[in-house]
Amino acid sequence: MIDIKELIILALTELKSNLARTMLTMLGIVIGIGSVITIMSLGEGSTQSIVDQISTFGTNVITVSPGRARRGPGMTGGTFDTLVKEDTTAILELPNIEAVSGIVSGQKNLVFEENSTSSSINGVEYDYAQIQSLEFSQGDFLNQSSIYSMTRSVVLGDELVEDLFGQGAMVVGQKIRIDGKTFKIVGVIKDSSSVIIPISTAQKILFGHDYYSSISVRVIDNQIMEQTLTNIENLLLERHEISDPDNADFDLRSPQQMIESMSSVTGVLTTVLSGIAAISLLVGGIGIMNIMLVTVTERTKDIGLLKAIGAKRKDILSQFLIESLVLTLFGGIFGVIIGAVLTYFASTAMGIHFIVSLKSILLAVGVSAAVGLLFGWYPAKKASELNPIDALRYE
Amino acid sequence: MKKNKNNPIIKFEQITKTYITGPVKYQALKGIDIKINKGEFVAIIGHSGSGKSTIMNLMGALDSPTSGKYFLNGKNISHYNPDELAEIRNKQIGFIFQSYNLLPRTTVLKNVERPMLYAGYPEEKRKKRAMEVLKIVGLADKASNLSNHISGGQIQRVAIARALTMNPSIILADEPTGNLDTKTAHEVMKFLVQLNKKGSTVVVITHEDDIAAFAKRIIKITDGLVESRDYKLKTASFITHD
Repeated sequence: MIDIKELIILALTELKSNLARTMLTMLGIVIGIGSVITIMSLGEGSTQSIVDQISTFGTNVITVSPGRARRGPGMTGGTFDTLVKEDTTAILELPNIEAVSGIVSGQKNLVFEENSTSSSINGVEYDYAQIQSLEFSQGDFLNQSSIYSMTRSVVLGDELVEDLFGQGAMVVGQKIRIDGKTFKIVGVIKDSSSVIIPISTAQKILFGHDYYSSISVRVIDNQIMEQTLTNIENLLLERHEISDPDNADFDLRSPQQMIESMSSVTGVLTTVLSGIAAISLLVGGIGIMNIMLVTVTERTKDIGLLKAIGAKRKDILSQFLIESLVLTLFGGIFGVIIGAVLTYFASTAMGIHFIVSLKSILLAVGVSAAVGLLFGWYPAKKASELNPIDALRYE
Repeated sequence: MKKNKNNPIIKFEQITKTYITGPVKYQALKGIDIKINKGEFVAIIGHSGSGKSTIMNLMGALDSPTSGKYFLNGKNISHYNPDELAEIRNKQIGFIFQSYNLLPRTTVLKNVERPMLYAGYPEEKRKKRAMEVLKIVGLADKASNLSNHISGGQIQRVAIARALTMNPSIILADEPTGNLDTKTAHEVMKFLVQLNKKGSTVVVITHEDDIAAFAKRIIKITDGLVESRDYKLKTASFITHD
């Protein structure tokens, strides 16, 4: 077998001798690989960012919503009356449940002096703070006795406080109006835009109904989520006297499921966009083939001479194949570098994670090698099959 | 296989070669018998169109005859496939062409090493042998020069060095001095004479009498046939071999 190292040196010598052409030919591959890397990396980065965001809600919190959400559109949360207080009590008695809170929510207007905003108001039970791991920048959570006594207390997210009161305002003790009724602020939650009031106040004063808009369940350990989901599902099916799970009048969601569905969305997007970027690789490959054909024609006399001194067909074939392979591999490597740099700037600008995975790099390098072999094959084959006499006489 | 008493290195038996281009058939060789023994220095002469280039192509295993047999070192190679012929050229034939002998943009050393690359020699061995043959042609000091940075005479000597690397059965020179001035041409020919004296079998294809005069025997080709197997030049040979 012919010396591969020597062939690579020969290929480099040839590519170097026509540097401008080599660079321009390579550019097609650089752009192709660069864009594929950028899109794949941004896709992975945004997926990771979404996963992180969902995880901050707590990976061991299960949300039970009423209605048959799986049946598709036409249903809005909160208009179903299937979840009631007895459901939460029953869920709490299941094993591995740390805390349960019913939630009654709806959209209402908030007013402070001249400022007003519309927001989703959540009436919750006392354990809600623990379930959602709420942290407070001012004041504290609703006190336990206020939950069932229709007290007009409210806890606001700091983002909402900033909107209504301005930055840095100390608001504990201040009063705001919700749906025209006066509420006293008792606490401010960090990094949030929620409005939280006692569940009894929401049921009796604001919304006028007892059924729950959702139920939040905190599981002791996030390793047993699947099993707990099944337990809750069976419990509620039994309680609601439904035999076919497909007809369930509630819907269970865990953060894992949300992560999975979000990831599959970004995954599909990334695949489609990468596919579009890969078209530029194809164009780059055609460029390689074109230039290799020109090179073979230009070096016809060289090929004749090499054949005269004993080069076999496979020797010529491998020389030209290695030349196009070296060309595309270098293009691939530059493409990865440029793609990584672009990804860095883009992900910084978009505020998402910067990830260039080994998988995408290996894929890019593999694809560029494949492009080199695929599009270099025909010109190399053509070179190897030249007749030595014709090649020697070629002018 | 019949053993020839002289055991010729090259034996053409009723070789013909017909070229077909579209509807036109052209018989370049019409049945040629040639024998060249080991250690000979033969010039093959003829006018252009006589068929001597075709003989060169066949003898150099660059092409196969239409009919007839070509024995190289006792082996009939007339039916070999392109890769088998490549191996024959690599191991048994050392070419010197009129022009385009060396790869451009490549050093003298790499040019001389090339046949050994195809023979699968390891790097060390290639380099060592290349330097040896470059020493023989007196160009060891030019080893690292690019082939387009040396003179015409030097190029032909590098080609001779390359032809020697694989210890071929014959050295086949096709108009080796066609691009050189008379003085340099004679120097190159003297070189071939010396190699012949050291035992190499040399065949030179030429249309120039003064080049043919360096050979010990001249085969004259006319119209695709051998006119003479031991042709005597009309002007007295000014080269002696002693």
